[in-house]
Amino acid sequence: MPTIDMGALKMNSVQLSQGGGASESNALVNDLFYKYFSNDILLKSEDAAVLQVNKNIAFTTDSYTVNPIFFKGGDIGKISIAGTTNDLAMMGAKPLYLSCGFIIEEGFAYDDLEKIVKSMADELKSSGAKIVCGDTKVVPRGAVDKIFINTSGIGEIKAQNISSHNLNEGDAILVSRDIGAHGATILSQREELSIKSDLQSDCASLWSVVEKVLESKITPSAMRDATRGGMAAVLNEWAETSNICIELQEDAIPVQNEVKGICEIFGFEPTDFANEGTFVLSVKKSDAKRTLEILKEYSQNAAIIGKVTKKRVGKVIVNTAYGSSRYLDMPKGELLPRIC
Amino acid sequence: MCLSIPSKVEKIDENNMATVDTMGVKRDISLDLMADDVQIGDYILIHVGFAMNKIDKEEAEQSLRVYEEMVEAMQSQEDSP
Amino acid sequence: MELKDLYEGFRNPQTIKSFASEIAKEAKNLKEPLRVMEVCGGHTHTIMKYGLLQILPDNIKFVHGPGCPVCIMPKERIDHAISLAKMDNTILCTLGDMIRVPGSKSSLAKERANGADIRALYSPLDVIKIAEENSDKSIVFFAIGFETTTPMTAAVIDYVVKNKISNVFFHINHVLVPPAVRAIMNPGKAKINAFIGPSHVSVITGSKIYEPLSNEYKTPIVVSGFEPVDVMEAILLLVKQKNAGKAEVEIEYKRSVTRDGNIKAQELIEKHLEVREHFRWRGIGDIPQSALKLKDEYSHLDAEVQFRDKLSNEEIDDHKQCICGTILQGLAYPQDCKVFAKVCTPNNPLGSCMVSDEGACNAYYRYGSIENE
Repeated sequence: MPTIDMGALKMNSVQLSQGGGASESNALVNDLFYKYFSNDILLKSEDAAVLQVNKNIAFTTDSYTVNPIFFKGGDIGKISIAGTTNDLAMMGAKPLYLSCGFIIEEGFAYDDLEKIVKSMADELKSSGAKIVCGDTKVVPRGAVDKIFINTSGIGEIKAQNISSHNLNEGDAILVSRDIGAHGATILSQREELSIKSDLQSDCASLWSVVEKVLESKITPSAMRDATRGGMAAVLNEWAETSNICIELQEDAIPVQNEVKGICEIFGFEPTDFANEGTFVLSVKKSDAKRTLEILKEYSQNAAIIGKVTKKRVGKVIVNTAYGSSRYLDMPKGELLPRIC
Repeated sequence: MCLSIPSKVEKIDENNMATVDTMGVKRDISLDLMADDVQIGDYILIHVGFAMNKIDKEEAEQSLRVYEEMVEAMQSQEDSP
Repeated sequence: MELKDLYEGFRNPQTIKSFASEIAKEAKNLKEPLRVMEVCGGHTHTIMKYGLLQILPDNIKFVHGPGCPVCIMPKERIDHAISLAKMDNTILCTLGDMIRVPGSKSSLAKERANGADIRALYSPLDVIKIAEENSDKSIVFFAIGFETTTPMTAAVIDYVVKNKISNVFFHINHVLVPPAVRAIMNPGKAKINAFIGPSHVSVITGSKIYEPLSNEYKTPIVVSGFEPVDVMEAILLLVKQKNAGKAEVEIEYKRSVTRDGNIKAQELIEKHLEVREHFRWRGIGDIPQSALKLKDEYSHLDAEVQFRDKLSNEEIDDHKQCICGTILQGLAYPQDCKVFAKVCTPNNPLGSCMVSDEGACNAYYRYGSIENE
């Protein structure tokens, strides 16, 4: 494999020529991507990765355009790995192989690119998944905003029938930690707002906690990470798809104080904010306590927040502690652009 | 629009701008509409980037005390048939 | 007392329950149903979000008032904002909610997508920063709000005058609560016998501004905070006044409201702004002396004077199906509207009541559907 001494090229920003497939591209690919993503399949450097999977597989894809690209608790690299491996985990599939496509704006700082790639390599360790193929395009200034990343992922299904169609009356609804941290963090870091806080995104890979749940012989009827549209979007989709009602206990929904603060200031609801490392699940009532114990090993803020009923089919109801109720509707429109 | 939330004053600078804290989120706001002296530790109401007034801590505490008594009275009524 | 007590203490579920129980007891003695108008959109929001209607007795009814400065903005004024934004070398600034409100043909959001430099500010203070960073451009601040927000605009006007900043102009749409209440009560159509007074308008103006109204219409007015406990306490105070045959101005929101209000803020307003003779309120029509404008000596800052050739004064009526006007007067509810939640939604608003978070239709859409079943 040809290598070119990056030092000799004295490059501190990504050049158009590096998207061209010639020697400058190879330098970028070898000295950065191969170095950090190194594994046997990737280093074969063929036109396509040859894989072997023995069982049913899950397959997913996502593109990441988050702005700002570096935020408290993560960056676009971390989210591109966590996001896609989480989509697999939510189907009960162990993340195995990922592809990775970069579209980079000419002039993007090399140091930033290295930080992002390193972040991706670190995040892969959490699920053990490997990047086995990839592509890089460098485009003229202005054709993209800094960097966009696409990752597609294959996972091996470890548990059957986990689906948004499968919620049953009587199921318990749980959440793996406090909600809204990612959306609130991104909002707080939008420059024009000049607010400071210690808020961190919840961006994280979820396979290890999901694996623990499945290994404990608990098969959730449904699981979903509450990304764009937040918890409100996921639960409403479930209510409609499974033709049931989800009733939540308002005071059981865990929310950090700072997220509440952002909501107060801007008039948002924590259930509308995106999450990148938080998931909701629906389990048989008899499994709820055990599931909660497992979730709590990963976050103290995990909670049982509601149950599946038939009260108003297709709707999500929030019950207060003083005897009133309201619907939790789908969030209106795009709350925050480029959130993930 | 008229939403305004209580925040705690943490810092005041020489341009009459204060850094305030709302449940862990900090912002800078103007004290130009305040006639009274604002001190660090005061609770103030913020609206569109300005402090509107100081929250009267004693009135607030008194209200909360009255509510507590009311709740206790209701609960003891519920307990005794 | 900690900061969080100021939130949690006034949202405590047990306290809300206790008030519900007290109100139920007192309300049994009401000679006629209590028809309360909550003037301010923020109170409509609290009532709907916390589901207070569900825990109050049937003989207490709410009539939703006009207290949403975005909701009452007539289309021709929104068109002004659009015309100003389209001027060369101009940056139009306004507070968030105005961006999505539809004018006669377009909205500020649509014009922004088409390339106009339109900025949604969280504070009027940002106007100064934008003016300094863009000294080659004209900055026009489209100022909206009730008495709560007027002093902030006045503070910025003061700064611009003191520092002789030459590239900032103001389009003033600040409106006043008491004339609006009069306009609703005078025709005698809306059968209102009690008021919940706005929280933060009152912080600035003091509760004194409601005394003439209370005397004239012989109705009790209780100035309430925004939290659900505040609203419940205010309702109890109204019921008690009614049962005692009283019609007074009372302050529930004692931790923030006094009779006199923020004098410094009031003086700053009086320094630069004065009452204008006429102002059209969407759905209600002209209410005399209900809005403010810059004083003549500041006409060099007044966008309505400086750019008068760009601004049309043609009065534009609402979409035929929109009954916002009737809702704002307390004569109808959102669910009485044929297009509510069908064609008219927060994503596709036909009228202001649906766009703004303070609008009755928006509050009902987000929180109210369970009430209507």
